[in-house]
Order: sequence, then structure tokens, then C-alpha cells
Amino acid sequence: MTEIAAAQVVTHDAISARRRKTLRRFWLHAFLIGMSLIWLLPLAWAVYTSFRPFEETNRLGYVSIGGDYNLDNYISSWTKGQLVKYFINTALILVPAVILVLFLASMMAFAVSRYSWRFNLAFLMMFTAANLLPPQVIITPLFRIFLRLPLPAFLSDNGVFYNQYVGIMAIHVAFQLGFCTFVLSNYMKTLPKELNEAAVVDGAGTWRTYWSVILPLTRPALAALATLQVTWIYNDFFWALILMKDGDRMPMTSALNNLKGQFFTDNNLIAAGSVMIAIPTLIVFFALQKQFVSGLTLGSTKG
Amino acid sequence: MTARGTSSAIPTPPAPAGGVVPSRRTSRRKRYSPLSRGDRLILALMVGIPTLLVVVFILVPTIASIILSFTSWNGIGGLDAIKFIGLKNYSDLATIYKPFWPAISHNVIWLLFFLGIATPLGMFLAVLLDKNIRGTRIYQSALYMPVVLSLAIVGFIWILIYAPEQGLLNNLIGRTEQGNQISWLGDPDINLWAVLVAASWRQVGYVMVLYLAGLKAVDPALREAAAIDGASETQAFFRVVFPVMRPINIVILVITVIESLRAFDLAFIINKGLNGLELLSTLVTNNIIGETSRIGFGSAIAVVLLMVSVGPIIFYLVRALREENE
Repeated sequence: MTEIAAAQVVTHDAISARRRKTLRRFWLHAFLIGMSLIWLLPLAWAVYTSFRPFEETNRLGYVSIGGDYNLDNYISSWTKGQLVKYFINTALILVPAVILVLFLASMMAFAVSRYSWRFNLAFLMMFTAANLLPPQVIITPLFRIFLRLPLPAFLSDNGVFYNQYVGIMAIHVAFQLGFCTFVLSNYMKTLPKELNEAAVVDGAGTWRTYWSVILPLTRPALAALATLQVTWIYNDFFWALILMKDGDRMPMTSALNNLKGQFFTDNNLIAAGSVMIAIPTLIVFFALQKQFVSGLTLGSTKG
Repeated sequence: MTARGTSSAIPTPPAPAGGVVPSRRTSRRKRYSPLSRGDRLILALMVGIPTLLVVVFILVPTIASIILSFTSWNGIGGLDAIKFIGLKNYSDLATIYKPFWPAISHNVIWLLFFLGIATPLGMFLAVLLDKNIRGTRIYQSALYMPVVLSLAIVGFIWILIYAPEQGLLNNLIGRTEQGNQISWLGDPDINLWAVLVAASWRQVGYVMVLYLAGLKAVDPALREAAAIDGASETQAFFRVVFPVMRPINIVILVITVIESLRAFDLAFIINKGLNGLELLSTLVTNNIIGETSRIGFGSAIAVVLLMVSVGPIIFYLVRALREENE
């Protein structure tokens, strides 16, 4: 009797514990679904608005369903905003900048992580600190430097860094070097030291060791960083805003400021323009999520 | 591979801090120099080119900012037109220049909002998502999606929500008529808060991703041990997991502070950082673009920003250095 009662109590407890757990899970999911919906709402709203012609939202109000849905806003923001031009400008800066920054950072990281020399830590610190500075700290003198620092004619049509694609590219490279070097040197430190020794035994010089031994092994980190850098440089608003004069040469994100004026109060156009400009980064989000996240986390966790 | 740990052909011996360098003097003394002259040249270039870029484009301008902040210069004329005026820029900044103290307070509010709300929320979501639940990847994706967007686009997306007449928010609460509209971005009493919500939309996801990666790296045995000892999940987190996560907590703290000091794009997109959205970064910018470029004065603001940033940067570097030595 008592045994049965005890068993019943136990099962009863087990059931209520399980029920409590199920209930907790339910609330957890409810909370997370709520948060996710709230988080998706702003972009979803932009997408929704972008498909509605201005007249329809005027007639029915913004918060409404019905009326026409079409791509007119996309077509007119594409043509009015001359987005093709700005996308090309972005590409002209972005592609060489990402390649260069990864190339230079990987060499620097190789030198500080695979060899010990007196100041390697000091150099690494300087690079990291440089990357953490708010860009506005350096912008005033940098602007003056850009106005005076000469560049050969084939790189710059006015002979200086100011108002040039090369100039914007250079500052991106310089500014991102710190972060990339930091991440890559952390990554390279996890590769066995014996690799260098083996390379030396096999008769490889420093360059061969870097190019044919270490760099190929760093590929996952390079892929992650490339994804991250493409996104960051694409998204940068500040450098070109100050260091580029001609509106015609602005990269996409900085050109947004001009677009705002052109689109005045037509929020449907702003929505379409924003969505279109966000598309490349959203592609990164959907297709390269793993690389993007691992790039971010490589910077914060070791190895 | 044929490597031997004790071989004399080790390129460089692992050296502790301030280690032995294959410098010219030591290598001449050594019979077998690990690095040939060509190799050393290549290494010098590998270090030299990136360093040159960082020095020219970042270090020199930082120092120049400090020097220029003690001068009056409007950028016209050569460098000899620069006049040293001592601390006048700083005293003007603190006493005459009206937007300065609002900018300081807005930066502080930004930081406190991030530290008090956005960052903890991101961490909290990471902790929830770290539990073994179904659909965790979908939740993660939804929450971190804003992280890939530029802050400029974030600004535009939130303009669609905050616009007085056409915006979602006023339409939902029925305040779209002239007279009873709420100007979320125009009213200097509330626009900072509206912008902070938009900024947090991105910051929460950023922190969530970083923290989640840290949580995944925590040894599950620790949590099991805590559970066996009868700790609740909350206790296990605060007593066991959180302390173990110290390095990542510090990274997140530093990121939060730095991001707050860097805040610029949103404020500038919305109203050029005026009228309730003054920030140190927008003041610097507004002092060098436009008709009257006051370089000395703008530099003084930049130096204030530098002084505030140096604290967290050094804190972070010291931590990194200590880890390096361990």
C-alpha cells in the first residue's frame, strides 16, 4: 500500500516537473517568437512599403492592406537615384581594399605570430589600438593630409588622395589592418610551430613559408574576414562623406545622404532604395552567415 | 614532416616578452643565422608596409590632432599660418561652445543605454538561445539580421517608422494629423531616445552573436557539475558560467563603450547631429566640413573624444597583453 502510494507520489512529482518544464519551454518560445517578430518588423515594414505606389498609400493610408503592389518604386529609385553608378563606385573601392587589407594583414600577422622579435607585441598593440579609435579622432588632420599627400597621375586625377577612389581605399585598408592583423595573428598562433621548422628544413625561405605553408592553412580565417570586411567597407558611411568631394564618386552608403534629399517625403521611394541598397549585405546574411559570424567571433574569442 | 623540436634549425626560439631578436649583432655572433639576409628583408617589408600605412594614416593624424588642438588654424595658407594659442580652444569648448555639453551628455546617455539595456538584452537572448531548443537558428537569424545592415540604412529604415505623417508608429497610435503628431526624430526631447532604440536594434544582435559564441565555448561539464550540486539554471549561470566568460565579457564591455563613442551615422543621417542629436563625433565633423573650417577647434573636440576612448582601449590592450603572457 504505502509502496504504491509512494510510487504514485514519485510519478506525480515527475509528471508535474515535466509539466513545469514544458510550460517553461512554452514561455521561452513565446518570448523568443515575440522578440524575433519585433526584430523583423522594421525591415519587413520597409519591404512592404516599398512595393506600394505612393498614390495607394496616400489613398488608403500607410497602415493598410490592399490597392496595387508593384515594382515602380524600385524602378524609379534605381533610375532617379542612379544606383548603378554608386554601386560601381563602391566596387571600385571595395574590391581592391578587401584584397589589399587581407594581403597586408596576413603578412603582418605572419611576421608577429610566427617569429619572435623585440617589438612584435608593441606593433600588434599599436595596430589594435589604431582600429579601436573612433574615426572622428583622426579625421581633421587626415583631411589635410589627403589634400596634400601626392599620388602619381595614374592613380589620382588631381594628384592627391582627396576626392579619389584610391584615397578612400587607402584609409579603409589602414583602418581595418588592425582588426585583421589581430584576428589573423590569433589564428596563426594556433598553427603548430613545427610548420615553420619543417618549411626551413625543406629549404623554403620566409616568403615561401608564408605563401605556400601558412597562408593556405589560414584560409578559413581569411574567408571569414573577407566576408566581414566586404560588409563593413560596403556599409561605411563616414570616410567617403568627408574624404570624397564629388557626389558622382560617392560609394553607395555615403551617397544615401544625397538620395534622402532627392526622395524628399516619398517614403515609399526611400523604402525601395533602402531595401535595394541593403540587398548585397542581406545576401551576405543569407548565403555567408557562417563566415560572417565566425569573422565576428574570431575577433573576440581566441583561436 | 621532419621537424624536430630541439633542432638547431628552429627559425626562431620562442622568446618570452622582450625576447631575443635575430638582429644583426646577435646573428653575427651565432654561427647559424636562422634567417638569411633576403629573408630578413622580406620580413622587414612584411612588417614595414602595413606599419607605414597605419603610421601615416592613423598614428600621425592622431598626434596631429593633439598638436592642432592647441592652435588656431582655418586651413587657409600653409602650415606656417598655424598659430599656437595654448588651451584657448579647450576653454572655449567648455564655456562658449553651446553644443559641447549636450554632446557629452548624449554620448554618456548613449553609453548608459547600451550598457544598461542593449548589451544586457543581447546577452540575455544569447543565454536563452544557448539552451537546447528547437528553432534556435531561426531565432538567431532574426535577431542578428540587423547586424549586417549599415547604420545609414538602419537610419532610413527607422525613418519609415518614426516619420510624423507617413511613419508606422504614429499611424498605429493614431497621431498623424497636424497638431497632434509626435515628431519622434524632430523633437529634441525625444529624438535621442528614438535613435537609441534604432541603434539598439543593431547592437542587441551584435552582442547576442558574440556572447553566444562565447557560451558555446564553455565546457558543458561545468554546467553539469553545477546541476549535480543542485544549482538552478540561474545560479549556474551567475556563479559558474558568467565568471568563466570573463574574457568575452570584457570584449563585449569594450565593444559597447567603443560603439557608443563611435556613434555617428544614425545621428548624421537623421539631422546632421543637431537639434537634440549632438554627439562628439558629429561636432568634429561639422567643424571641418562646411564653410568655416575651424581646424584647431575641431581638433580640440577630437582630442576630447580621444581622451575618452583611450581609457577603454588601454584597458583592453592591457588585458590582451596579460593573456598573451600567460
